[in-house]
Amino acid sequence: MDVKYVLLFVDTEQFANDLQAMGPVERERAYERVGEWFADHAGQLRGGSKLRSPEAATTVRLDRGEPVVTDGPFVEGKEVVSGYAEIEVADLDEALRMVKTWPGCPVVEIRPVES
Amino acid sequence: MSSVPAASHAELARVVRQHAGQLAASLMHVTGDFATAEDLVQDAVLAALQHWPVEGIPHRPDAWLFTVARRRGLDVLRREDNYRAKLAQLQWPVQPDPDERLRLIFACCHPALPRQAQIALTLRVVCGLTTAQIARAFLVPETTVAQRITRAKRKITDAGIPYRIPADDELGARLTEVLGVIYLLFNEGYLSTAERAQSRDLVDDARWLASLLHQLMPTEPEVAGLLALIRLHRARAAARFDLDGGLVLLQQQDRSLWDRDAIAEAGRLLARAAKQQRPGPYQLQAAIVACHAEAERWQDTDWEQIVLLYDMLLHLAPSPVTRMHRAIAVRHLSGPQAAMTELDTLAGALDGYHLYHATRAELLRELGHPEQARAADRIALELTANPAEQAILQQRITWS
Repeated sequence: MDVKYVLLFVDTEQFANDLQAMGPVERERAYERVGEWFADHAGQLRGGSKLRSPEAATTVRLDRGEPVVTDGPFVEGKEVVSGYAEIEVADLDEALRMVKTWPGCPVVEIRPVES
Repeated sequence: MSSVPAASHAELARVVRQHAGQLAASLMHVTGDFATAEDLVQDAVLAALQHWPVEGIPHRPDAWLFTVARRRGLDVLRREDNYRAKLAQLQWPVQPDPDERLRLIFACCHPALPRQAQIALTLRVVCGLTTAQIARAFLVPETTVAQRITRAKRKITDAGIPYRIPADDELGARLTEVLGVIYLLFNEGYLSTAERAQSRDLVDDARWLASLLHQLMPTEPEVAGLLALIRLHRARAAARFDLDGGLVLLQQQDRSLWDRDAIAEAGRLLARAAKQQRPGPYQLQAAIVACHAEAERWQDTDWEQIVLLYDMLLHLAPSPVTRMHRAIAVRHLSGPQAAMTELDTLAGALDGYHLYHATRAELLRELGHPEQARAADRIALELTANPAEQAILQQRITWS
């Protein structure tokens, strides 16, 4: 009966700047809180990872005849996907409850996985 | 259908509304599938609106709707043995648990759905309106409403929106969402004028929903607050329009047309809710309206109490529009200059709001600036699309 979702963690420029501006102790604490969140929800988590920065991304377009390879993410913007996690929960409300306590980046998209 | 007298339309609407949500809840219970239950109810409602005006409302309208939905369900679910078997077992009368309807309401008003979809779903599933009726009431094309419903139903299924009463720690926020939908319906109906008089009475749907919710959640003071607010407005509805359909402002209303019994009853409902000491925006708004409704004459209005209630409301739910209304109350308590000083602080926030300019115009007139007042009225006139309000503003520009 459980539903699988992918949580897409989205960073904003502001968030990145705030993180930069933190002192080492403060930043360490911020990472700890994220670690705790993952530990608290180990029962629902099925996988996922942090992603390297969008500068490391390479995009391939296949709708232009020949494959076109370009540097960077497929959408250029101030909000970038910085990680993802797959979860398995009873329904959207449980996913919402989890996400509302997320201590990291300021935007999270909840996408149901097609089964 | 056009040959059916208006009273029959109202009667039809009332009977359908009484039973559609029950039926949806029962079907939902059996099939466990929101989209299917919703489709079947809509089919049954459409069949009723086709047959009843000609054949008369059946002796047991609920059984009639049930039979149509069940037959239709067995038909459309031919390939889905699971639902079919469950549906075939379903016998009349079904008595859904009162919680079923509550689950239905919470699903329709889930925060993951856009507001317009919440409204359309609630009207269709809980109140038994047709897509066409919703489109007419909101002055939008029928295809728009149909699309909203289709998308919302798909989202409910695909996103895993649950069908249940929210847990205690979420109930407050989720109830706010439901009350928001009902309040919006009420507002939409309240602001509509003679132009839309022939379409669905959304205020009555809002009243009915609030009353159903109050029956299902009798200990929630904000539900009682919203119900009292709607009842207080309805109790004075007869005095809001003159014989030509023109809007009559509160000060000029014939108070003998107000339903004093209904006002007193709403006041008692509000007092019971207040005993719980959990104030909220709806209780406070209702209390403000009660101050107006309980005054025998305009000059008996307790402005001091009203300003106090606005202060409490602003504390809980700060908003420039509420501050504007407070400024109007201040006008009656401390004079036009004090009110104008407060109003001036809202210039940036409410520049696009016609009532801000209309209020300024009134104050400017009182302060002896008729030219500036007319200019403000003209801005207000440009900003409103409501014909009744346009008429009043036009009159003021011409005559004062």
